[in-house]
Amino acid sequence: MTTKPETSTATDYVLQARNVAVYYGGFRAVKDIDLDIPRHQITALIGPSGSGKSTLLRCFNRMNDLVTGSSVVGKITFNGADIYDHAVDPTEVRSRIGMVFQKPNPFPKSIFANVAFGLKINGFQGDLQEGVERSLKAAALWDDVKDRLHDSAQKLSGGQQQRLCIARALAVEPEVILMDEPASALDPISTLKIEELMRDLSANYTIVIVTHNMQQAARVSDRTAFMTMDEDRAGYLVEIGPTQEMFTNPRNERTEAYITGRFG
Amino acid sequence: MEPTNNMERGPALQASLGRRRKGEITERVAHGLFLAAALVSVATTVGIVLTLFVQSVGFFSEVSPWEFLTGTEWSPILKDENGARHYGVLPLVAGTMLVAVIAAALAIPTGVGIAIFLSEYAPDRVRKVLKPAIEVLAGIPTVVYGYFALTFVTPILRSIFPELIFFNALSAGLVMGLMIVPMISSLSEDAMVAVPRSLRQAAYALGATRFEVALRVVFPAALSGIVASFILAISRAIGETMLVTIAAGATPRMTLNPFESIQTMTAFIVQVSLGEAPRGSLEYNTLFAVGLLLFFMTLVMNVIGSITVRRFRESY
Repeated sequence: MTTKPETSTATDYVLQARNVAVYYGGFRAVKDIDLDIPRHQITALIGPSGSGKSTLLRCFNRMNDLVTGSSVVGKITFNGADIYDHAVDPTEVRSRIGMVFQKPNPFPKSIFANVAFGLKINGFQGDLQEGVERSLKAAALWDDVKDRLHDSAQKLSGGQQQRLCIARALAVEPEVILMDEPASALDPISTLKIEELMRDLSANYTIVIVTHNMQQAARVSDRTAFMTMDEDRAGYLVEIGPTQEMFTNPRNERTEAYITGRFG
Repeated sequence: MEPTNNMERGPALQASLGRRRKGEITERVAHGLFLAAALVSVATTVGIVLTLFVQSVGFFSEVSPWEFLTGTEWSPILKDENGARHYGVLPLVAGTMLVAVIAAALAIPTGVGIAIFLSEYAPDRVRKVLKPAIEVLAGIPTVVYGYFALTFVTPILRSIFPELIFFNALSAGLVMGLMIVPMISSLSEDAMVAVPRSLRQAAYALGATRFEVALRVVFPAALSGIVASFILAISRAIGETMLVTIAAGATPRMTLNPFESIQTMTAFIVQVSLGEAPRGSLEYNTLFAVGLLLFFMTLVMNVIGSITVRRFRESY
């Protein structure tokens, strides 16, 4: 598996978070986040449970909006545009920044209808059949399902369902794909397939992945961000750097303690 | 510390592992009681069906089932000008269906709309107040609905449509619709709330609006429960008696005109039960024939319902 060289000068960042904090009611879940996500790379967010990795991830496509009582402060830009500007339509943000969830969550519809769903709601003008085929191919699922596109998605295995969810996200043609522990509910072989797929996709997409699995972060990501939490249970970013450096030579001792398995 | 429980060995252990007599008796008694409770309702159903069948035999020995099911004139009590009685049940069926269709036409869109609002749009606070408030409608005695139709809705309708007869299918059907709205809204909402959040999130993450999530994800995923609520509500409308007896009239008429006075199957049964037809007479036995048909109609509705539900089910 190849790792792209870190370009040190003038990196093109798709997503940038500045001084971001997230509150659920009175509870501050994450704080002081400054994070840059470079284009066409895989950035992994690692850290112990409760460190706010998923919460932070959900800020990038405004999924936190759906939680009543939540609020995001600070600034998050997508290609320079402030996605929390009051004139921004969150559904527009979400159609450009896709998301794959921890547990495969295909709709209880056919395989075809699952992929076509995103196309239809986003006013896709082209040939639906073609769009579905293209997305399934991009998610390396086409050969598995091409003869049974109209079967229920629920009949697929867990790994296939997750690739279907990736295909469904790709159909909308997002620039960024956020993945929230996409393989944690899968067996090792399916996990490997998802990881291979992520490497392939990173040629054309920017990927941010939350993972509990440090080996996975090491295998798949270009950059790794380590988060942990304070005494007040607010998650914060400890450090971020090229994945190889983080795993071989972490700058922060808490990072080192976590990746060597001494806590978390 | 040694666990004291583990000190037992040999015969003493064997004995203390033995069945506790007391627990066993309780289990058996409980099992028997619960079984008996279940059997009571089964026995009641069987009893009713048997009664209907046995009592209708008397009727069908004098009137052919064909005449009963296809005849378009119903006058089993009063003779017509030629001195003949007519046993064609279709006018009663038409009256029943007319009222049920009017009720469903009002209740299905309203009920589903309320359910979507409660499940997908209403904030928790609003939902907690609104849901019980709507369900109160279901607790109002049907006789109250009947007089509400007769003394409130009918006069309003007559001021809009002056040609409306005082006892009419429209008013009864509309109020019947109001009556079954809570059944549809409550059961449909339960079905929609049961749709996993993960499916909603999947749709939102693709850029769906709230309306698209409700209509394209939640509604189809809950469809089996929603259709079941329609079936239950329509069965209720077909079987409902008091409201139509009061407000829809007592004129068996082969019509689909909602402005006219009609008679439903249930209202006819009431009329005969309260009337002076001697027990065992043909007039009296019509009651069981109509009751049997009513039973089959609701049975068929339920069968159609469960087939539809299985057919359209999106299982998650």
